[in-house]
Amino acid sequence: MTLRNGWEMVVGLEVHTELKTATKMFCGCANSFGSEPNTSVCPVCLGLPGSLPVLNERAIELAMAIGMALHSTIAPSTFHRKNYFYPDMPKDFQISQYDLPINLGGYLDLPDGSRVSIERAHLEEDTGKSTHLGGSGRIHGADRSLVDYNRSGVPLVEIVSGPDIRSSAQARAYVVELRGILIATGASDGRMEEGSLRIDANVSVRQADAPFGTRCEIKNLNSLRSLQRAIDYEAARQVDLIEEGGTVRQETRHWDENVGATSTMRTKEEAEDYRYFREPDLVDLAPDQSWQDRVRAQLPPMPAERRSTLRARISEPVPTVLDAVEVVIDLGLDPFVHAALDRGVEPALALARAANELAGDLDGTSRLAAAAFCDTLLMEQRGELSATQAKTVLAELLARGGDPRDIAALMGYEQLSSDSLGSTVAGLIEEFPDEWTRYRDGDEKLAQFFIGQVMKVTKGQANGKAVVAELRARR
Amino acid sequence: MKTAEQVAREVRSGATTAMAELNAALSAVRERNEELNVFLHVDEKGARAAASRIDERVARGEAVGPLAGVPVALKDNLCQNGVPTTCSSRILEGWRPPYNATVVDRLLAAGAVPVGKTNLDEFAMGSSTENSAFGPTKNPLNPSRVPGGSSGGSAAAVAADMTPIAIGSDTGGSIRQPAALCGLVGVKPSYGLVSRYGLIAFASSLDQIGPLTKTVMDAAIVLEAIAGHDPMDSTSLPEPAPSLVAHVESGVVGKRIALVRELVDGADPDVVASVDQAVAALREAGATVVELSIPEFRLGLSAYYLIAPAEASSNLARFDGVRYGLRVKRDDVTAMMEATRTAGFGAEVKRRIMLGTYALSAGYFDAYYGQALKVRTRMIEAFARAYRQVDMLIGATTPSVAFEFGSKTSDPMAMYLSDVFTIPTNLSGEAAISVPFGTGEAGLPIGVQLLGPGRSEALLLAGARVLEIADGRP
Ligand SMILES: [Zn+2]
Repeated sequence: MTLRNGWEMVVGLEVHTELKTATKMFCGCANSFGSEPNTSVCPVCLGLPGSLPVLNERAIELAMAIGMALHSTIAPSTFHRKNYFYPDMPKDFQISQYDLPINLGGYLDLPDGSRVSIERAHLEEDTGKSTHLGGSGRIHGADRSLVDYNRSGVPLVEIVSGPDIRSSAQARAYVVELRGILIATGASDGRMEEGSLRIDANVSVRQADAPFGTRCEIKNLNSLRSLQRAIDYEAARQVDLIEEGGTVRQETRHWDENVGATSTMRTKEEAEDYRYFREPDLVDLAPDQSWQDRVRAQLPPMPAERRSTLRARISEPVPTVLDAVEVVIDLGLDPFVHAALDRGVEPALALARAANELAGDLDGTSRLAAAAFCDTLLMEQRGELSATQAKTVLAELLARGGDPRDIAALMGYEQLSSDSLGSTVAGLIEEFPDEWTRYRDGDEKLAQFFIGQVMKVTKGQANGKAVVAELRARR
Repeated sequence: MKTAEQVAREVRSGATTAMAELNAALSAVRERNEELNVFLHVDEKGARAAASRIDERVARGEAVGPLAGVPVALKDNLCQNGVPTTCSSRILEGWRPPYNATVVDRLLAAGAVPVGKTNLDEFAMGSSTENSAFGPTKNPLNPSRVPGGSSGGSAAAVAADMTPIAIGSDTGGSIRQPAALCGLVGVKPSYGLVSRYGLIAFASSLDQIGPLTKTVMDAAIVLEAIAGHDPMDSTSLPEPAPSLVAHVESGVVGKRIALVRELVDGADPDVVASVDQAVAALREAGATVVELSIPEFRLGLSAYYLIAPAEASSNLARFDGVRYGLRVKRDDVTAMMEATRTAGFGAEVKRRIMLGTYALSAGYFDAYYGQALKVRTRMIEAFARAYRQVDMLIGATTPSVAFEFGSKTSDPMAMYLSDVFTIPTNLSGEAAISVPFGTGEAGLPIGVQLLGPGRSEALLLAGARVLEIADGRP
């Protein structure tokens, strides 16, 4: 969206991602989403008196991997305490990197050819989660507040971009590309709806090439849709304000998804003084060259490279196929597609099933063997399964794993493929002799009639191509 | 009363039992605790269970540790599973930690029998135990005097013959100063030698846990048992416990020692006299003693009273009424936190939280906390320069013998000054020991302090042992 009267928006994003480590950042508690409240806790992540943090090496490695993928410099770094009182923060301070982050500088190239600079990507710990019951639903005025500390101490990386983004679409593309990197490095599952990715946007407006305007920070944008809407709203609000003779105040703003507007959370004057100082309970972090080399050696190809590799295997780059490529790359599903292409599955089919069925159940992909995916698609391609059946088999594979032939047999799909389809078609020929005669005499439109009849009889479980083949064989 | 060394030897040989030693300790506690206010909590049941386990192991002929059957008093800022731990603060009243401090685990593994939790200045902030929310501890040697602090309860437990050994923590002198005032040996180990896991933090970069004992040998035994790397403490030194007991009788022949002017300046004449006699004794034993001035030591107190409160302001934030301890009910969470902290913390704790908060605030950080860190660096460099010339330093532990109750409570600066000689070592993270040497006003004991570089505990214990012998305790 372009702004009116020569205004340009200037956006920088802070993306917080939970790291997919087995354990939390400073203790041995499981880092798991969705457990019973306060079951994945210990003296350390509850901040009990006397407890001390010990850094999780895997969190450091994942942070380094993110930095390497973003072309950052891995730098000797330290941890600080960010001090403020809040009930979901058990120590009433957050351990975070401050002036010396682990990853300094870098950039991210977007599919449209633009480049967004990265200022830093640093480690910090997550807080617990509050639920406010009754009243406003916010902490003040609530009847009761409940705190779940399962998330407390989960490792986070905050990736801070430079103020290089000029549209909400570019902001979205940046987040999507970044998400692809986070998934590729194994740092994150990239699931925004589960809070694995949380975004703050710094938005200002200016006349082209003028100095940057005063910025507002919009907190906690938790979906791509919110991100785009909030940025567009905020930029328009600032333009309106300035054109009406007002000035933008530096402040933190809250995005209300239902209202579709941002509102003041706190002004610069009300901003908290976090009294940052070096965390005395942790030692400095300076990964040596050999550790860095080991992490670098294990880095898989990043989305940009994988995108061009996959595109190179597609002979007909029509828009629907290219859209599917984007989805598949973003979600890291391309290994399935490559496996299917290797086995001779048609690109359009492989991409469609990956971008729809697999993308619809990312959890399930850990249970799905690439060979099972390929076998299912080949069965569909050969006409042994209808599209509906293939999708059902995939859903079952995603839910419980297994062998697609067994699943098809269990669901009774297999019989349709040969004998059953043959006898169904034979029965229909007897039932509709006139239509059959016209078809036999060359009226191809009647094929559709028979397919429809077969579908009716088999409740949609036959394969259209197989029906045509059966009809041709009997002509 | 028997030393820990004797108790453990006799328990191992069967000459006594852990239970008999515990009974003796418990009856001493019953006899004088009401008068002296040493223990805030006596864990009789847990102690009896620990003593039985030791006696059963001895009966079965199994190996028992170097502290087998030795009753030990724990400063009440050390977490012990299921045992009330208060830091002498209302804000933690009733809280029972669900875990053991590493030091507690190691004491248990060495065969020691934790008897209970001793009084301290609230959150270890003070030099007399007068800042305890549960009343002051009295000096067993003269109940009108303070036992020192903040580990005053632990010092009094040993001085009153309740337990042969006690554990304290030292942030600015909190082991050495009460040891001096109660006539005990007290060690502030090198930073990182003893795990801080389970020590409720006052100032994390300064806190160290150490022993208070009657003899240098007992200090060596306890320190050897509790030292060594702990994966639960990132600041723990990555090496096993050093061999200390074997070096206690090593003497000081050929050692170079410096008497530091700044570690006696301003001390009472009786204290200065004791230090001079200690110097003579060390020379007699074969050491070379020179005089040295380290002017940076004069900056220690100011730097300490910015760094320690700054860290404390953050460490003590968690006492907010949300998860444990005191909660003063209010309608919303901010009001609840404020009311809880207002009611739960004593005046000195509030003073230091405010000092520390101020020192870290935007606009003041560089002038206060930042400046203090620079002083700390200079202090470390000054120590390093001194240790290029000599093996250890000597001075007084405290400017005076045990003082009267109330004599410094109205003037925080006067109270802070009683730690002026002990603070430099905490800032540098190095080692120091206080050993009784001679007596002063009212026949009260005087402590002499030996200071050494990081990991010099064996050297310091050997030096302290020389002074112990010279002072008539062979
Ligand atoms: Zn935990």
